[in-house]
Amino acid sequence: MTTRRAFLQATGGWVVAFTWPVQGQAADTAGALPVAPLPGGKAASGTAVRTASFPDRPVDRVEGFLHLTPEGRLEVFSGKVDLGTGVRTALSQMVAEELDMPLESLDLIQGDTSLTPDQGPTYGSLSVQNGGTQLRQAAATLRAALAAAAAQKWNVEVGAITFSAGRVRSGNHSARYQELVSQGPLELALDAKATLKDPAHFEVVGRSVPRPEIAEIVTGTHQYMQDVRRRDMVHARVVRPAGVGAQLRGVDDSACKAIPGYLRTVREGNFVAVVAEKEWSAIRAARALKVDWAPWAGLPDQAKLWEVVRNGPVSSHDAFQKDGDAVGELAKPGQPRVRHSYDFALHTHGSIGPSCAVAEWRDGAVTVWSASQMTHVLRKQLATMLAVPPEQVRCIYVPGAGCYGRNGHEDAAADAALVARAVGRPVRVQWMRADEHGWDPKGPPTLIDVEASLGPDGMISAWHSLGFMPHRPKTLTVALVAAEHAGLTHDDSSPGNIHQSLAIQYNVPHRLSEVNWLAETPLRPSWIRTPGRMQNTYANESTMDALAVLAGSDPIAFRRKHLTDPRADDLLEQLARFANWTPGVSGSRRQPGPLVRGRGMSYVKYELVRTYIGLVVDVSVDLTNGQVRVEHCHVAHDCGQIINPDGLRNQIEGNMIQTVSRTLIEELKFDRSRVTSVDWASYPILRYPDVPQVSIHLINRPNEKPWGAGEPSAAVVPSAIANAIFDATGVRMTSVPFTPEKILAALAAGQAGKPVT
Amino acid sequence: MRTSLQFTLDGKLAKLEVDDPDMPLLYALRDDLNLRGPRFGCGLGQCGACTVHLEGAAVRSCLVPVSAVAGKTVLTLEGLANGHTLHPLQTAFIEEQAAQCGYCTNGMIMQAADLLARNPHPDETEVRQALAGNLCRCGSHARVLRAVQRAAGSLPAASNSKPA
Repeated sequence: MTTRRAFLQATGGWVVAFTWPVQGQAADTAGALPVAPLPGGKAASGTAVRTASFPDRPVDRVEGFLHLTPEGRLEVFSGKVDLGTGVRTALSQMVAEELDMPLESLDLIQGDTSLTPDQGPTYGSLSVQNGGTQLRQAAATLRAALAAAAAQKWNVEVGAITFSAGRVRSGNHSARYQELVSQGPLELALDAKATLKDPAHFEVVGRSVPRPEIAEIVTGTHQYMQDVRRRDMVHARVVRPAGVGAQLRGVDDSACKAIPGYLRTVREGNFVAVVAEKEWSAIRAARALKVDWAPWAGLPDQAKLWEVVRNGPVSSHDAFQKDGDAVGELAKPGQPRVRHSYDFALHTHGSIGPSCAVAEWRDGAVTVWSASQMTHVLRKQLATMLAVPPEQVRCIYVPGAGCYGRNGHEDAAADAALVARAVGRPVRVQWMRADEHGWDPKGPPTLIDVEASLGPDGMISAWHSLGFMPHRPKTLTVALVAAEHAGLTHDDSSPGNIHQSLAIQYNVPHRLSEVNWLAETPLRPSWIRTPGRMQNTYANESTMDALAVLAGSDPIAFRRKHLTDPRADDLLEQLARFANWTPGVSGSRRQPGPLVRGRGMSYVKYELVRTYIGLVVDVSVDLTNGQVRVEHCHVAHDCGQIINPDGLRNQIEGNMIQTVSRTLIEELKFDRSRVTSVDWASYPILRYPDVPQVSIHLINRPNEKPWGAGEPSAAVVPSAIANAIFDATGVRMTSVPFTPEKILAALAAGQAGKPVT
Repeated sequence: MRTSLQFTLDGKLAKLEVDDPDMPLLYALRDDLNLRGPRFGCGLGQCGACTVHLEGAAVRSCLVPVSAVAGKTVLTLEGLANGHTLHPLQTAFIEEQAAQCGYCTNGMIMQAADLLARNPHPDETEVRQALAGNLCRCGSHARVLRAVQRAAGSLPAASNSKPA
């Protein structure tokens, strides 16, 4: 096994980079822990030495991202990870393209705090847009350096150098990249202005390259987090409190002792876990353990949730878009207006595979294998919780079940680290289904009031939105549940920048978007796919639909009248054509029941600064039972330069289907003590018979920046469905999910939207 | 109570000693026999991620006690291919790129294989009904439907590597 450092020393050290053996990552699950060797070959022993053993990889240097091996392979170190989105393939395409290397010669290493640079968490559909752009720039810098090295070696002009299939050429000269690398000591600062390849010459970017791991997935050879095993490993199950904030009064494990392989119960404060040699024994022990929890009933009455959200203590307030005097304008009588209050239920992530992690301590340092979307943040959080320097924590990403935000992965990692420290052996923690539904952090309840008026010209004259959202501390992260329960140091919990997309792109002379940040919301708030942007776009685009009706205007035409962005206009025009849109006022073509059909549309420029999405949705509503069925989603999508069209389609399809589920069905339930949606019966999601058809129109702009894709497309789904329901029935749905009960109640009330209280 | 049992697993004899005859088959497959195809999703028979074939029919291995398979035949995703020749469903899932995270894929393929064995040419509604008990959170459903129909020979070959 050649370490990178050994190789670098042997070849003149052209790249000075920190060098863990690549064999020491997640693929090695049976051998010794790959954290022992130190630069220079000294054996690690003791804390002081350990502290120096996990330096961060630089994000401002090429060697932080790329390494050419003597065998001619390119190792790509990505802080962004593939959460099942195919981004591993997309990122590889971007690097391979820039360096004219065959895709097969790339090895992408992801999300290992000792190997990969900190490129920020894998969220917000930013992997290609930010992570990929950094990798591309590193590759372009390397390409320029290779050209310069070759030009010097062959004494030719740089302009005479060409690249193809992993070789540099000029006239009769030809060399493989790694041959040039050994020529000289090169340390490469990342050049943010290194010339990028002309998209006209793209060969790999823009192609639907298949994801190689799918062949492993369909044959059962793909390694998931849940498959990681370590030598001498034991199995643990957590036993969570009976009430969210309940105090532990006592634990009795006498019944566990009859279970073969049961080892012990770990207790730290209110944190409880059972440990056994085998997994099934751990499950049995968790069931057999007698735990006495003090009564706790600190959650609000869910029936009064929106009163609690509206009237709860406000920690701070922000205004995000302030043009003219919206409040004064709306106070003037006489202008026709719409005024609605939109609420959006708590959601759980609902990964199909419950969270899992493995932790292993050695010499005061811990290595944690996790499906975390943010191993670098996790490392810091674990270090804080465990009261050790971050350098003594290594987090290694291993793919898990789908991750749509900060779910339970990090919490399982904290569980494993705590239990492993207590038992002194590698520990695997696997959450059960009820742990996942009950204890992953939640998409918070969100309430948004919008009032807007029309001027005499039929244009929007004033717009005022006010959101009620969980508070926003400086650090956007979620507390580790183990740290909370064990009484150890932890972060505050915050769902991130969920005010995004509350401000509107539409030209309105008087605009105000503001947020009351709430001091308290029930359950740990987190980010789940399209956090805040989905809720805010739901309120905004429902309002646009209502205004178009008020103005007697076609909803697409009404939006175009309020936009001066040519790319937005083009998208809406292409959407109308693609969806075979017939212009008209929403609700003007209502049919007799009992099964009525409707069409609605929605549009967003995500966060006002990136990806454009337009959506037309066809629904049917059964007036007898209130059942809504989304039959067809027609998506027009402009994220600029497309890296992998099929991968992009896969993401858009998934975002449509998942968000139809969230909009029609999903609502996390709780009583005064705990979450009561603890499995798929009590928290149903969309099933095959109800899955809509999804048609996608991709607008590719190869010469533009590659913007994020995935979660932006989910933003428009709830509003498009609500608008289609209005078209079909004349009722405006202002409360997600649109359950049959709510539909029937709205129909009975002849409701055009409930008034703001 | 320590129990010895044996059954046919993916065409070979599997011998096992278990502490608890009521242990679900899933844990025997994953922890004792080191398989990765069957996946733990809920342990309640609600999601389908753990699906295997018992005596030729799809079952939820998280609900079947391991003692119930003694002397019987179990087929998992690992044993679905015929030697090096992939099952048509495996090929179709690759061609349609019918996965995101892929955690549910085992169940989708094993349930669909059960369907195709009984009904080689299902229409889309029949496929949807057959998979109604298999959950996917990423939203790969549309692709899975295409893949199953493709495997059933009801779809023409599509290209996956054309430029946009």
